[in-house]
Amino acid sequence: MWSYFANPHKFLRLSDWLAPAFYAVGTLCIAWGLWQGLWVVPKDEYQGGDIMRVMFIHVPAAWLAMASYSALAVASFIWFVWRHELADIAAKSIAPLGAVWTAICLATGSIWGKPTWGTWWQWNDARMMSVLFLFFLFLGYMALRASMDTRQKAARAGAILAMVGAINVPLIKFSVDMVESIHQGASVITADGPKMAAVYLTPLLISALGHSLFFGGLVMTSMRTEIRERRIARLRAASLEGG
Amino acid sequence: MSGAPLLAAFRQSLGEAWAGGAGALLPLGFLGGTAVLVPLGIGTDAATLKAVGPGILWVALALASLVTLERIFQADAEDGTLDLWLQAGAPVSALAAAKTLAHWLSAGLPLALFSPVLALMFQAEASPALLVNAGLYALGSLAFFFWGGVGAALSATVRRGGLLISLIALPLYVPTAVFGALAMSGGPGSTGAPLFLAASTLFACAVAPYAMSAALRLAAD
Repeated sequence: MWSYFANPHKFLRLSDWLAPAFYAVGTLCIAWGLWQGLWVVPKDEYQGGDIMRVMFIHVPAAWLAMASYSALAVASFIWFVWRHELADIAAKSIAPLGAVWTAICLATGSIWGKPTWGTWWQWNDARMMSVLFLFFLFLGYMALRASMDTRQKAARAGAILAMVGAINVPLIKFSVDMVESIHQGASVITADGPKMAAVYLTPLLISALGHSLFFGGLVMTSMRTEIRERRIARLRAASLEGG
Repeated sequence: MSGAPLLAAFRQSLGEAWAGGAGALLPLGFLGGTAVLVPLGIGTDAATLKAVGPGILWVALALASLVTLERIFQADAEDGTLDLWLQAGAPVSALAAAKTLAHWLSAGLPLALFSPVLALMFQAEASPALLVNAGLYALGSLAFFFWGGVGAALSATVRRGGLLISLIALPLYVPTAVFGALAMSGGPGSTGAPLFLAASTLFACAVAPYAMSAALRLAAD
């Protein structure tokens, strides 16, 4: 199955229409979610009043922070085992975008935390610390890739680091969970189903879908750029040899 | 395969560490210097120092592992030792583990053994608990060196790799730092923490050599 998707030509053909479609639907979903979140849904006094409306960016960003690191690890694994060039291109494209959404999650979380919990940052909070270390994993991945002198080495070193990071994420999560948390527990994905009122849940899910689609579109555009950059490098090398 | 290359790598690393002039004194000096900066930086209030002392020693240990690890594989990649190992057919993961262990023996363990003295300077009561803590520092620093070794192997061919190692290794140091600090806090959850510390160290010893091996093969290309 991987081999089918590993063909750059097929990817370019597919992403040619899929990326714009992702942008369009993603933008619509984000816009609708923001409109609902900012103007339509009633404010929740328990969650700090109007400030809880930041949830419609904060929660999708948190979801994408975790999803993008998982995607990075999976892409790295596929590249490391099957050496499909496209998987490496995907990993390289996901990292900076994932770091941006992780930073958005941290920033909006701080903005929400100040008026409700009275602090921008809480060092013994498990979720904040997990996301912060996720951010550092992204930064380390990008720094390592940037410091390698060839593309092949960057891909190998990056894949090793992403996989080492991925097997450590559960341990990091578990260790910071040992320290008590002021962050609220899960309220969307729980064993008994969502605990949140539908008036909040629907815009939240649509917003998360929109962010995911927009993220996917950006990853595809970034991958298309990278594929063409590699092609240019190859053509230039060939013309120098012939020249 | 015989154990000869493993033993050679182990002895070479120990020899390098001891032949560097001051031997184990150099990392000790670094640890002492770092620890001495703290009271100057945060004030000399006895209660504060007593509270932060154990944590400061964890931080100083982590820093000491980071600064000493920079050259652990870099020299081997530069002078061709790494290529000879790969040709000798010895398992690279075992070689990397042996080198890291030797490094820990010369730069990690002495610091842990020295920790009760620093703890006393940070106003801790003189008690057998300080020796238990020294054991915990030794256990935790082993995990620091193994995860730091992964960073060092990945950046073996990178100039100014030290900064890169810090960025790569810090997230991996988190469980050790958390469990270690928890074990010494005496607060809720501290009874099981030494076991969790031991488990995370064992995990590091089991996983890191394979990551180091993959990274060293890359460095030799």
